[in-house]
Amino acid sequence: MTPGFPRLPRARGALHPWLQALPFTAVFAVFFLVPLGLVVMVGFWDFNEYALIPAFTWRNYGKLLEGCSRLNEYGDPCVTVSTYLSTLRFALAAWAITLVLGFALAYFLAFHVRSAAMQTLLFVVCTVPFWTSNVIRMVSWIPLLGRNGLVNQTLIATHLIDRPLDWLLYSPFSVLLAYVHLYTMFMIVPVFNSMMRIDRALLEAARDAGASAWQSLWHVVVPLSRSGILIGSIFILTVVMGDFVTVGVMGGGQIASVGKMIQVQTSYMQFPLAAANAVVLLLTVLLIIRGLTRVVDIRKEL
Amino acid sequence: MGARVRGPRGPGFWPLAMLFALFVLFLYGPVLTIFVLSFQGPDGGLTFPLNGGPSLHWYRQLAEGLGVVDIGAAFRRSLALGTVVMGLTMALSLLAALAFRKRLRGGGALFHVTVASLIMPSIVVSLGIGLQFRLIDTGIKDLLAAWAPPEWADGYGSALGLWTSALGAHLTWTLPFGLLIMFAVFNRFNPLYEEAARDLGATPWQAFRQVVLPLIAPSLVGVGMFGFTLSWDEIARTSQAIGDVNTLPLELQGLTTTVTTPAIYALGTLTTAVSFLVMALTMLVAAGLRRRQRAGRVIG
Repeated sequence: MTPGFPRLPRARGALHPWLQALPFTAVFAVFFLVPLGLVVMVGFWDFNEYALIPAFTWRNYGKLLEGCSRLNEYGDPCVTVSTYLSTLRFALAAWAITLVLGFALAYFLAFHVRSAAMQTLLFVVCTVPFWTSNVIRMVSWIPLLGRNGLVNQTLIATHLIDRPLDWLLYSPFSVLLAYVHLYTMFMIVPVFNSMMRIDRALLEAARDAGASAWQSLWHVVVPLSRSGILIGSIFILTVVMGDFVTVGVMGGGQIASVGKMIQVQTSYMQFPLAAANAVVLLLTVLLIIRGLTRVVDIRKEL
Repeated sequence: MGARVRGPRGPGFWPLAMLFALFVLFLYGPVLTIFVLSFQGPDGGLTFPLNGGPSLHWYRQLAEGLGVVDIGAAFRRSLALGTVVMGLTMALSLLAALAFRKRLRGGGALFHVTVASLIMPSIVVSLGIGLQFRLIDTGIKDLLAAWAPPEWADGYGSALGLWTSALGAHLTWTLPFGLLIMFAVFNRFNPLYEEAARDLGATPWQAFRQVVLPLIAPSLVGVGMFGFTLSWDEIARTSQAIGDVNTLPLELQGLTTTVTTPAIYALGTLTTAVSFLVMALTMLVAAGLRRRQRAGRVIG
């Protein structure tokens, strides 16, 4: 799956390729592979209030899944399972919305906007916010959705409601809204990229063969954009599964997520517990990616 | 693209155009409101209607500091870190992409690791780096306790910090973007220019310095912009991988729960302005490089 650009024969006196790739490789070895290995390892360590104790124990996993074999007396699952389920629900909801929205917007850009300059301009308009702060973009909902925000003011002024709505901000609604606001771009870019590679003659052929607009959309455009859809989906699902910043800022401290659970565990210095939790999160994410790639074989698409 | 058929708009054009317009409003509208609200007078609040102004009152408040948080120090720290991350992202991605152009044994594995870093939940990476440096701390303290005078062990702080763990955490986030962009660039790069240079007797270094680099320079500047802006706004990977000092976005995240004045909007406007400044500079530099390319007839 390495990129297929034209390769050069190595010239005499040129640097050995591994020497060139060394600093890059070293960064990922030191700051990615070793830390991941440590997370897996420390997940099996013991700990007390003062120190981590090298050992091999399943205690952390046991503690994580304590009481998870059955529902409690109120019929609820244990904390770990309910947190994972809640995070998964957010991930699926954010995915569904960004998928439909991102696909529609990319379709408009790729097939309805006719001049290349306009296409580039509108594409850049969609991507610029990616280079600005996520926290600022979240904070910017306060003047609109707050108790005295613009939405509540308008609704009260038009007598649609007589008390301000509380669920607009610091609620599951605002968390989901923030996900859509922040991450739809991750769907638009890869889907647009796939769509731009679709041979326009195929659409004409579909039309000539009598396909309706919907039919050519469903039978030509969607299958041919699936690699973009896959890349966007993986990005959004993993980013939401591991999120703790958005839930923290937009959830008003009321909403649990796996990422936040890990963060809280580290703040109490329970590193082995956090590590075990991170391993479970990682396995969940890998399962999701595996499920998606079974639907679309990415290697055939590139 | 070229000129396409001029005909009636296809079905769905207007609804989709409406959707697109609404989406752009959705993207930019909220941020514009905080820009406006940040220029209120001293009586201003977090929501409309506007109170007083336009004034720079809340910017002056910001300059004086918000509570115990030293915004200026965090600002300078993030600026310095972003600049270093920018330089390293450009240099390391370029070198690695050059290596990938040759026969690179194990290149497939390296590419997979890079993509894995891109889609790995940031909290996991951050936790791992945090753990790593804490274990390093433990090791160093044990060593000092065993072999060095006692005051050394007491004086030792932590290996966690802006220029160690945080820098590494940022690079795991910016380098994948850098490498993927460089791949896209070299995919469209015609190797004949380079071969021609070598046929004319250029050494590999001369061919790189005088032919390849000028051709890819505008894209490389773009990689630098990615490096800076991604680092400037990074929170998730930094959160567990930084010691006592905080970067600006981390301070900002903390302030969202404690500051209830438009000062936070002023801070938001300021950081966004820095991002936009970097974007504008990038475009200027890239345009300048392209003009020089054409004027200098680098590729005859």
